[in-house]
Formats: sequence, structure tokens, C-alpha cells
Amino acid sequence: MPEKKIRVLIAKPGLDGHDRGAKIVARALRDAGMEVIYSGLRQTPEMIAATAVQEDVDVVGLSILSGAHNTLCPRLLGLLREKGMGDVTVLIGGIIPEADITALKKAGIAEIFLPGTSTQDIVKFIQDRMAQRQQA
Amino acid sequence: MSDASKPSTTLTADGAEKRKPSPRELEWEEKTLHPTLAKSPERAAEFTTTSSHPIRRLYTPADLAGWDPERDLGFPGEPPYTRGIHATMHRGRLWTMRQFAGFGTAEDTNQRFRYLLSQGQTGLSVAFDLPTLMGYDSDHALAEGEVGKCGVAISSLADMEVLFDQIPLADVTTSMTINSPAAVIWAMYLAVAEKQGADWKKISGTIQNDILKEYIAQKEYIYPPEPSMRLVIDTFEFGVKNTPKFNSISISGYHIREAGSTAIQELAFTLRDGIEYVDWGVRRGLIVDEFVPRLSFFFNAHNDFFEEIAKYRAARRIWYATMRDRYGSKSPRAWALRFHTQTAGCSLSAQQPYNNVVRTAIQALGAVLGGTQSLHTNSLDEAWALPTEFAATIALRTQQIIAHESGVTNTVDPLGGSYFVETLTNEVESGAWDYIKKIDALGGMVAAIERGFPMREIAEASYRYQMAVDKKEKIIVGVNDYVTGDNPIDILQIDETVAHRQAARLKKLRAERSADEVARRLAALRKAAQGSENLMPFIFDAVKAYATLGEICDTMRDVFGIYEEVAVT
Repeated sequence: MPEKKIRVLIAKPGLDGHDRGAKIVARALRDAGMEVIYSGLRQTPEMIAATAVQEDVDVVGLSILSGAHNTLCPRLLGLLREKGMGDVTVLIGGIIPEADITALKKAGIAEIFLPGTSTQDIVKFIQDRMAQRQQA
Repeated sequence: MSDASKPSTTLTADGAEKRKPSPRELEWEEKTLHPTLAKSPERAAEFTTTSSHPIRRLYTPADLAGWDPERDLGFPGEPPYTRGIHATMHRGRLWTMRQFAGFGTAEDTNQRFRYLLSQGQTGLSVAFDLPTLMGYDSDHALAEGEVGKCGVAISSLADMEVLFDQIPLADVTTSMTINSPAAVIWAMYLAVAEKQGADWKKISGTIQNDILKEYIAQKEYIYPPEPSMRLVIDTFEFGVKNTPKFNSISISGYHIREAGSTAIQELAFTLRDGIEYVDWGVRRGLIVDEFVPRLSFFFNAHNDFFEEIAKYRAARRIWYATMRDRYGSKSPRAWALRFHTQTAGCSLSAQQPYNNVVRTAIQALGAVLGGTQSLHTNSLDEAWALPTEFAATIALRTQQIIAHESGVTNTVDPLGGSYFVETLTNEVESGAWDYIKKIDALGGMVAAIERGFPMREIAEASYRYQMAVDKKEKIIVGVNDYVTGDNPIDILQIDETVAHRQAARLKKLRAERSADEVARRLAALRKAAQGSENLMPFIFDAVKAYATLGEICDTMRDVFGIYEEVAVT
């Protein structure tokens, strides 16, 4: 039986349009055999949560470079929990000051990938995490 | 006159069969090179630029077989401008040191501007926050979390008055990085200038106003291409009549490169954008030799030193040939491509951030040797946040050291005549012409954007580059090699009190201004937008009645609609 593909939503919350990183990660995950949905630009947390439900994803990857993470991420996590999707793995890629990382992880962000991360590290993180979840 | 529109040599790096080395060069290969290679092979089978352009081991006269120094190099200040647009270049006048700055409220940024001017900076450059760039007031729901973060928050003329408090606009030139709402922000600037008593005919500066690269790369668009281009041409027309020294656009390759393009793509898409603006201006009935001299350009300065220098030199040659051959321009002021440069933000590493000072210095040196008219050097902490004052000062000092200590400003185009630099200039030029022809065949840049052509080309190039970095085919010091533990630095943090202060100010403004007057002027703008009149006077009127940025942009959103891209991944 073919293994079920890992489903990932790559989303750009906030007003920022710099989508180079989001697109590269989307393509790298697709090349690694995952099913990837790219949200497009300027998504509110509400829009992202709705897409996550509709597409029944395992992972949500947020690309944030603008400094709006402390406002946007906790709200998205809350919305996902409300919709019964609290077990979705939520990742952030982008520019996040060291000082904010602990609080974001405590709020429920599974991992934060800073500038300079290789796409292979992101692929591996997601694959390992999904493998662990299947065992659990 | 020579035909500078054609590359002067048929040689390409992969077309080595066309190369005819001299007997002496062949002898060198046999007697000296081959024994060396037999004993110790080179470090790689192929050497390439940052953009993956192949580079030969050695360049000799054989690489410049069809090259004519009189025709292809010429003299500075004369066509084809390969050596620069002024006869004396940086011996006459140094480039303008223009550091991009903006954060928090107008008060915060006003203070930074006055500090930078006191430190010897010679021009201002305003960074606006994302809500401003997208035409939203600071208290709009979508602005939440973004106010004052990536730049200064400007929601009305009242904010603009604070931003330039005690800065004489008659004496300082200001560049404003604003695109979709450029007409509105420019109207605010002109209103402040008027209040200060500065003569519009004499003030100078630049609005970025380059909407095409927003669709292609930076994605801060509001309206669809057609009405957006109308607004751009409205500012051109208004500028020709009212502000003859103001640059009505800065046609930008910077963001195209940051989005992951190659150097050749950056050059080609930028110049083809330039052609698109000229075409639309001509269609409006503007006269090429009147409005084109106010078009300026903006390029990236990336790591690959010689590739970047070749890019700037090729840019001038292509623009000259375009103006002469495509538009029959008779004005040297339209032929000469003037440009601003910013060092490459995307080249900076979050790891070992002090290394970024070195990267920026190399990039800045390339821009200077390429003949830039103004320059922004990035700060070492910009992979993390907007720069602290400490970091911004080092960035400015980097330019001052190049200007006053390196000696590179003592002569014009010191690399002119280098077999390598001239060959690379030819190759970059020829690669850019190929793209320009392709976009012409697609029906122009707006048509190419609607088909996703430049976006797809950039996405391909950026993915290839990332894969090369992931595989360590390209080394980035401190990131994929020479990695050490982290060394955290102090960074500038913008808290949410900025948003609260802005919201309070807007509330006060809306209470104090004449609501009737605002409504009347917005209605006049709406009516004009539905017709075909130039919108600048209407926008200016609305701004002066303290209509907010969001109100003015919403009025036009109602009439023009908004643009949504088809995402290319």
C-alpha cells in the first residue's frame, strides 16, 4: 500500500510580500515527496486556519520576516486549537529575534528555522516528526 | 555612429571555439599551463559567478577579438557611457551617501535622520512600514503587529510634517521607498516642502514609484497593472511641469535580485521595466527627451565583485542604445543611465553577523568601481532586524573609508580595458539583450507579468542557488562552512507602543480636521479616478486637507479594484 503523503501548508501571514523563502521551502518539500499547498500572500491567521482545516494538513509552515510574529503566531495557534487541529505541527521560517524564540515555542510553535537553514534540515525535521507521531 | 546595441564580440564563455588565442598564448598553455595542471589540478572543474555564470581561467586579447575600445569603451561622460556618465566621475564629486532609514513613529525616524546628517551623510532615504507601503493607516485591522516595524509609520500629512521637522527640504535631497501609494506620499512631501517655503522647481529627491518590480518581485502592489501604470505616468507628467529636478521614479533591480534572480535577470528585467515606463509615457503624449531624464535606476550590489561591476557598465551601454535606437532620443540627459546602489541584504548572514561588515565593504567597492551615483550600505545586524545606531554608523563609515582612504576614487573607471572585465561586460550585456528581446516578443513587461514569465525565471534561479548552497557547491562563510557557535548581538526592537501612539494620533487628527472638506476632496478624487484626468492635483488637495493615506488609497481601491497574483512556486 502506498504510504500516505505528508501534507504541508506553506503560508505567508501579514502584509509582507517577500516570498523567496516560502517558495523555496515549498518546492524543496514537494521535491522530498510531500504534498504542499502554498497559501499565496497576505493571509490573516483566520484564512490560514481555514485553509489548514480544509486541506487537512499535518504541518503548517509560516514564513515571517516582518517582525509581526508575536501578534500573528499565537492567534493562529489559538484558532487551530478551536478548530480541533491542535495537533498540527506549526513551524516558522524567517527572521525571529532570539529573545522571542522561547515564548513562541512555549506557545506551541514546534520549531523555528532561522536564516541560513538548509532545506534538507527542514525536510528532515518534518519527516522525523511525522514518523514519531505515527509510532505514538 | 557605432552600433552599441549589438554585443561587440561574438565570444561567449561557453563558445570557446570562436576564441583564437595568439601563438604566444598557445605556447604558454603548452609550456607552462599544462605541466602545472598535470602536477596540481585546479580546485574545481568549473568556476562560476554568484549567478552561476561560467568564468574562464584567464582572459587575454583573444577574448576581445571584435572589441573596439573607441566604440565599446569610449570615454567617460560620452556614449556609450561604459566608463561612467560624468567626465570626471568621483574625482569631481563623490557619490551621495544615502542610508535608508525608518522605524517606529515619525519622531523616532526624524531623530535618526538628524543624527545621520550630523555624521556626514549627504542625503536622506525613507523606509516606510508595511501598512504605509500597502496604503493602510496605522489603525487598520491588517496593520496589527506591523506598525513601525519595517520602517516608519506615515498615515497623513501630520506625520510627514513631524518626519521632516527641522530638516530643510530646500537643501536636502530625499529618496522615498514607496511604490503603490507613491503619488500620495509624494504629495505629502511636496506639501511639507511648500509649508517650509522651499521652491518646487529647485527641490530634489526620488520616489521609487516602480510598480512593475512589485508585481515581479517585492509584491507590495495594491491595484491592477493598468491603473497602477496610470498613476505612475501621472507622477511623470506632474513632475515634468512642477518639479523639474525631482526623479519621478527609481526603476529597481534591487528587489528583483533579492528575490533570487541572477545578475543578468536583474539587469534585463529592470531595463525592460524602464522601456515599459517610457512606452506608457509616450502613449500618454509625453516627450521622451523631457521626461526620460528624470527616470533613475536602482541596482543591487551582490558579492561577486566583477560580475556586479560588469552589470553596471553593461546597464549604461544598453540604456544608451535603447534611448538612441528605440526612441530616437536626441538628449544626452536621456541617454545617460543614473543609478543608486544598495548592497545585497540577501547576502547577509544571521550567523557571525560581524562578517557582514566585510561583505558589505566588498559590495560597496564594486558599486563605486561600477560608477554609482549614490549608495546605501547595509548594516551588520540586518539579517536580524532594522539597524541599531551603532550598526548604521559602521555602514556609513564603510563608504567614507572607500571614498577617502582606498584610493579607488583617484581615477575614472580603473578597471576599463581589463580583458576580464570587458569580456564579462560584453557577456552580461548580451545575456540581458536576449531577455529584453524575449519580453518584447511576449508583448512587453505588463503582458509578461500577466503570464508570470519574470516570476518563474526568478523562482527557478533562486531555487538553483539554494540547492547549490545546500550542497556546498557555493560556500557562505559562517553559514554552510566555517561554522562556529552563535554570537548574539544587540538588536533594535520595536514594541507595540508605536502602534498605540499612532492610533491615538490618528484619532486626534480625524477629530480636529474638517470632515466636510475631506469628504469633498475625496469625492473629487473619486470622480477624477473614474475619468482620465491626471490624479496628482486631486491627491495633493486631499492630502492638504489631512485626508489619510488609507482614505485616499481606499477611494482609489473602490474605483480601480485590487490585484491578486497567481502564485508561482
